[in-house]
Amino acid sequence: MTWDWGAVSDFMPHFWDGLLVTLQALALGSLISFALGLVWALLMRTPSRWVRWPVGVVTEFVRNTPLLVQLFFLFYVLPEWGVTFSALTTGVFAIGLHYSTYTMQVYRAGIEAVPVGQWEAATALNLPLTRTWTAVILPQAIRRVVPALGNYVIAMLKDTPMLMAITVLDMLGQARLFSQEQFQFTEPLTVIGVAFIVISYLASLLLRALERRLVH
Amino acid sequence: MSIDTQPSPDMNPADKRSNGELIRLEQVTKRFGDNTVLDHLDFSVQAGKHVTLIGPSGSGKTTILRLLMTLTKPDEGTITVDGEQLFPAPEKQVREVRKKIGMVFQQFNLFPNMTVLRNITEAPVTVLGMSKDAAEERARELLELVGLTDHVDKHPSQLSGGQQQRVAIARALAMRPQVLLLDEVTSALDPELVAGVLDVLRDIARSTDITMLCVTHEMNFARDISDQVLMFDSGRVIEAGAPEKIFSDPEHDRTREFLSAVL
Repeated sequence: MTWDWGAVSDFMPHFWDGLLVTLQALALGSLISFALGLVWALLMRTPSRWVRWPVGVVTEFVRNTPLLVQLFFLFYVLPEWGVTFSALTTGVFAIGLHYSTYTMQVYRAGIEAVPVGQWEAATALNLPLTRTWTAVILPQAIRRVVPALGNYVIAMLKDTPMLMAITVLDMLGQARLFSQEQFQFTEPLTVIGVAFIVISYLASLLLRALERRLVH
Repeated sequence: MSIDTQPSPDMNPADKRSNGELIRLEQVTKRFGDNTVLDHLDFSVQAGKHVTLIGPSGSGKTTILRLLMTLTKPDEGTITVDGEQLFPAPEKQVREVRKKIGMVFQQFNLFPNMTVLRNITEAPVTVLGMSKDAAEERARELLELVGLTDHVDKHPSQLSGGQQQRVAIARALAMRPQVLLLDEVTSALDPELVAGVLDVLRDIARSTDITMLCVTHEMNFARDISDQVLMFDSGRVIEAGAPEKIFSDPEHDRTREFLSAVL
């Protein structure tokens, strides 16, 4: 096996395209999973079981079926019902939805970890319920769960190649396309492997900096 | 200062004349599972009085404070504050009546995500609708009262327990409550920090007309500030009277036993 720098430089334009897609999927998927997971976690705390029950069933279902199946379902089945999105939009939504069922549990743990005395102090000060959530409980809960959420960002990054299954050309998609056309596998796959490590590492640095900022 | 000597404070004509009754619990029962913590308790406090609840742990003292703060609900009975019903009552009324009551907790319960200043201004701004400037001015006055003017912009975790508790006192006072509930406010403090907190409370007791309901194991403090001391046992008031009387010449055997154990 020989290493061909020429193949690397031929691959680079495709690599940058793939990198952009991967980063888009990661960033938007993270945002969706953080936001939606919080919504699920809050809905699971409403007193009405007519809310909790459906949310519980849906999120349990999503968490316990493979992301790949969900991608295929959203990409091939929804259009039959007249709902069509681009492959990347579908992929971002699927990843965000899938991971929101994990982040909801992270938020739940964070919310439960806020001492009951905080709720009692809020009651004693007569704070309205929404203000208690937004000013007292959530800031403390979210600060606690940043490291756990960060782990899911890394996990999500490693799941982005699945978008290839619905024709999205992420880094792996670009590498595979290039390999099949040029019959050169080592160089593109090595390049994207290194890229994954670098992105993971940078993301973890970013998260650690965020954690430090949030600690009092 | 008039001093109640009767088991039921509202029997004292001197009090009727002064400010009238502020808190009334009627036939209040509270159970936790099979354990009846309060058993058809009748209990009232006159406006402006400082009442200390003493008794062995589990005798229901703290439960009374928690019922008044609506942190827990009675199983039976009614609770009235300043002539308005707190329980049973619709949520909207509870919110209104609760404005008259403030509480200081054993574990301080300051909001760790807010500065000292915001801990104190948060509720006056969001609940009472005070302007931020007015709330901050008042907060600074209160911090001066509790001797913490240098710590306005710190977070609770940067303060000692005693300092945190003094901020908590300022935070409760910022809402201008008529009643201040003090739930074992020095129990979680290192011994050398207790005096500072008690001095602040003595000061408040002397200089304001706020009604105080205090659960404490600091008998000297209770003797200093109380108009009336109530001895609880098994969810009932077994003896009530002026601190001089209760601490030096208790009538009930149970009170004598308890005091000899804690003094």
